[in-house]
Amino acid sequence: MSESFLRLEGITKTFPGVKALDDVSLDVRPGEILTLLGENGAGKSTLMSVLSGLYAPDSGRILLDGKPVQLASPADALSKGIGMVHQHFMLVPNHSVLDNILLAIDNLTFKLDRAALKTRVAAIVSDLGLDLNLDTPVWKLSIGQQQWIEIIKLLVRDTRLLILDEPTAVLTPQEANKLFDFLKKLRAKGSSIIFISHKMREVMELSNRVTVLKKGRSVATVTAGDYDTSKLARLMIGEDEVPTWSKVSHAQPNVLVSVHGIEANNERGTRELDDFYLDIYAGEVLGVAGVAGNGQKALGEVLAGLRKPINGNIRLRSVDVTKDWGNGKHFSIIGHVPEDRKAQGIAPDLTVDENLVLKSYKAPEFCNFIFQKNKAIRDNAKVQVERYDIKAGPSGAKVRVLSGGNIQKVIIARELGIKPELLIALYPTRGLDIGAAGFVHSVIAKAGETGMGTLLISEDLDELLKVSDRIAVMFRGKLVGIVDPTKTTREQIGLMMAGEAPV
Amino acid sequence: MKLLIQKRQSQSALFNLMTPLLCLVLALIVVALFLVMAGVNPFAAYRDVGIEALGSAYGLSETLVQATPLIFTGLGVMLAFRMQLWNIGAEGQLYMGALGATWVALFSGITSTWLMIPMMMIMAMILGGIWAAIAGALKARYRVNEVIITLLLNYIAAGIVKYLVYGGWRDPKGYGFPQTADFPPNAILSTYFDTRLHSGFWISLVLAAILWVFTEKTVWGYELRVIGNNPRAAQYAGMNIQSKTIFVMFLSGALAALAGFAQVSGVVTRLQDNISPGYGFTAVIVAWLARRSAAGVVIVSFFFGIVYVGGDALKITYKLPESFINVFQGMLLFFLLASEYFVNHRITLVREPKTPVAV
Amino acid sequence: MIDLIETIFDTTIRAGTPILFGTLGAIICERSGVINLGVEGLMLIGALAGFAVTSMTGSFTAGVLAAIFFTMIAGMLHALITVYLKGNQIVSGLALAMLGVGVSALFGRSFVGKGLDGLSRIEIPLLSKIPIFGAMFRQDILVYLSVILVVLIALFFSRTRWGLYLRTVGENPGAADTSGIPVTRYRFWAVALGAGISGIGGAYMSLAYTPFWVENMTAGRGWIAVSLVIFSMWSAPRALFGAYLFGGINAAQLQLQAHGTSVSPYLLTMLPYLFTIGVLIWSTRRLEKGASNEPASLGLPYDREDRK
Repeated sequence: MSESFLRLEGITKTFPGVKALDDVSLDVRPGEILTLLGENGAGKSTLMSVLSGLYAPDSGRILLDGKPVQLASPADALSKGIGMVHQHFMLVPNHSVLDNILLAIDNLTFKLDRAALKTRVAAIVSDLGLDLNLDTPVWKLSIGQQQWIEIIKLLVRDTRLLILDEPTAVLTPQEANKLFDFLKKLRAKGSSIIFISHKMREVMELSNRVTVLKKGRSVATVTAGDYDTSKLARLMIGEDEVPTWSKVSHAQPNVLVSVHGIEANNERGTRELDDFYLDIYAGEVLGVAGVAGNGQKALGEVLAGLRKPINGNIRLRSVDVTKDWGNGKHFSIIGHVPEDRKAQGIAPDLTVDENLVLKSYKAPEFCNFIFQKNKAIRDNAKVQVERYDIKAGPSGAKVRVLSGGNIQKVIIARELGIKPELLIALYPTRGLDIGAAGFVHSVIAKAGETGMGTLLISEDLDELLKVSDRIAVMFRGKLVGIVDPTKTTREQIGLMMAGEAPV
Repeated sequence: MKLLIQKRQSQSALFNLMTPLLCLVLALIVVALFLVMAGVNPFAAYRDVGIEALGSAYGLSETLVQATPLIFTGLGVMLAFRMQLWNIGAEGQLYMGALGATWVALFSGITSTWLMIPMMMIMAMILGGIWAAIAGALKARYRVNEVIITLLLNYIAAGIVKYLVYGGWRDPKGYGFPQTADFPPNAILSTYFDTRLHSGFWISLVLAAILWVFTEKTVWGYELRVIGNNPRAAQYAGMNIQSKTIFVMFLSGALAALAGFAQVSGVVTRLQDNISPGYGFTAVIVAWLARRSAAGVVIVSFFFGIVYVGGDALKITYKLPESFINVFQGMLLFFLLASEYFVNHRITLVREPKTPVAV
Repeated sequence: MIDLIETIFDTTIRAGTPILFGTLGAIICERSGVINLGVEGLMLIGALAGFAVTSMTGSFTAGVLAAIFFTMIAGMLHALITVYLKGNQIVSGLALAMLGVGVSALFGRSFVGKGLDGLSRIEIPLLSKIPIFGAMFRQDILVYLSVILVVLIALFFSRTRWGLYLRTVGENPGAADTSGIPVTRYRFWAVALGAGISGIGGAYMSLAYTPFWVENMTAGRGWIAVSLVIFSMWSAPRALFGAYLFGGINAAQLQLQAHGTSVSPYLLTMLPYLFTIGVLIWSTRRLEKGASNEPASLGLPYDREDRK
């Protein structure tokens, strides 16, 4: 194997309150796929944001071809052949595909010659075997297609090093395979790729070498052949306690909530749920699998009473409640862990105490019609903080200073605190480390004892297979089918996620 | 050497207190430069302001007279701020309030001394409230930008008042001046000693106290805080943002309208077309500086009372235009905005270690 | 009758032109993602600078250039606060509006009551002889400039590299940044340049429309310009349409006053504001129905290291 052309030495980066990277070093060789492996929050994305010029490191240096370089901006990094596909795409939804790709072309003339440029881009697109209309606005495309645009944006430049941040999170297994084939071809042509992932299978399939990050430090770099899955897992998780629990099903035979023929649109008027049927049994954990953007969000919002369906009905214990569902009458029986916890689940500048009563502030426990009972609110917080082991800092601290895992605990404590009959949890462990994720799983599973039904929407198949009693698969707003996690395979679910009905 | 800019985790209390004062000093310096350019000696001018506004009991009373409408409008704007609503129309709401109060005083036929003042206040609040609620309803129903609507409504409110005082409401015995007849004695707020300080001042203080309790202690205040901090979370918690938007705008306008009532009933004792030198606009700064606190509004209003009295003095002594104090207000706002960046970021100059070239 | 219609058409253009400049400036600014509520203040500064310099030098060119220069300086203040220091754009815009009102009043004292011979009209041969529409071709240089600017701005956004980059900065500064487009620099200059163009609108007021200086002479036109940005859906040609629509209302209102209707002039002067409110409601509803051209990051400061 040839010598490395890029070295990162002693990179440290601090965000308010968090040391995201602590003296991390890394090297990249030509023509290799280097995987950056680590748990959520290990610092993978931060490190790559430093390498792509987005974040300025507090200390450390970057050597390219043996010479120290300053990557003060993404423009700097790009000019040196380093490009990144971010997890949150850097696309302009209102621009056409072509205009988005033009952003990546360096030597554009002042007056744009759209016709010539279009021919040039179209050639690349057809080379990749993609079916893309260059004049479509990007927001109309699927997430998978959008990712290809990000990749094309790097291909039109002379990119020596391609960084992909968890590219498969939004893809079906089949789409992911197509991407892997492409990456291998690229490697064969001599490009280097840094691939961020925490999925073992992908790591095993693709990597030449693996660098493992843990809590902002690089713990090891291993070469293909020198490791197996269990070794990598040990390196990644380390000796940390991983809470173990054995799954006990609390599912009861009676249907708690069912939706019949639901149709719902998003703000832009696009159909998100299309003739959707689902029964949720009391006490069960019903997992929902699907590639992001196939109607999960709409399903969660309709069930949480935040969005009115335009068609179909909702039944609670066989009683049609469609009319009342959206106007808050059933609010007290629905717990809802929202998709975007910071944007939707909390009022960040209010205190932990205040956030813990966000759902129940009107209950006689916490107010007497006009005035709030501040003591009761404080006492409630004390109890919850202890029960869920929330690291909330000093009393009166604002929620915004808490870590992601603790914010999620605040939300779950609050939602379970109202003793709901139905819990809707969207991606409840996204971005949490393994310890916190295990805690969330055990809490959800345990709450089923009381007969609470849970709808668990997730993009992490391992999580769904581990926690759910049944798994429903969604595609383009419809239910493809329901499988038993003990009797199915990842491949089976993968096919269903791509819209193929189960045999 | 390079600048290292980092976000601060927390801000010290002293820093938070000193920054506005520093901004004030900087604004005064810039305005002094403008004064020099306009041919006025800034030292003399500032001295005159101090003497006029604070140097005598009468000056002090004048400062309170100017602070009163600022407290009313400031409270109104602050309340809307709490819900992330921008009420830039306090000026128009003030005029609508003055119009409502005037109608009660002169044309309603009420004669009872006990009823007169309360009815004037209620009518003012209704008109001003509706005026602001128009913007609130448009915002809630169609998401129309409330900044622009409230602002445009200012011009229309001023137009209506002009229409009335030049037209149907003009005092026939007023020698053709564009103003209504004087209010009857029972429609005029009592004044103290030989000053223009009137009981509207106390009303504004009482309202500030009530508003403080409401925003800090009640369920309703809690809802406002949640909505203001994160509307999506509020919606998620089942709060009805639309109806609250309309209601809060109504209250906001009603509070601002009381400034109009206080002006016509306490100071001018009739309606004319220039009862406010822009209190409604200054109210935006007052609310912004008060950091959404009712007590803060009272304190900041007192300060801007000084500015107004001072501005009046400069107008007379140095023939400066009335809108001159806008220069000061604009500069102060700019400095305050800029200072926030320095409050929230730590900027340090670091010496970079010489990086040895790797071999 | 033809004469009357021509007069109304002529007034329409002349009353619409200051608003057109104001709106065009605001469009450039907002396309970059920065709201500028200070157009009223900018137009006042432009009006005074134009008037003062022209009356001192006798040169209209110098006056217009001075208007551009001083409003760009004021615009840079707004840009500094909002783009570099990430200050609240609404408050900063209001501060700019106040500053403009105050500064122009302060320095305009010695010019109150003085007059100028307004900008002379330039007749375009043949075209100006067309009935009614000929009025379009008997205007002064600034009117022609405003129409040329409409075309240039439209071409700039659709056909040039900088235009594409500027649109990107307003839509998704993160995407612009990762593509190597200097976001802050683009925003800064868009705000400054937009301010300069709005300033010409002010100069048009004091040099051509009503060639004298009075305090607060723009009387809310800056705010109307800000509203028309939404009406125009951030497009220059539609801004022309909106501004002339406003001009038409104004012209009709003036004609009604001149021909002595029984309606009070104070009610008639409210018409443009009422009209603007109606337009704003109508265009916002259209936006909500999905025909959105609104720059997606409008009003949001960009900080590269903000973590999502």
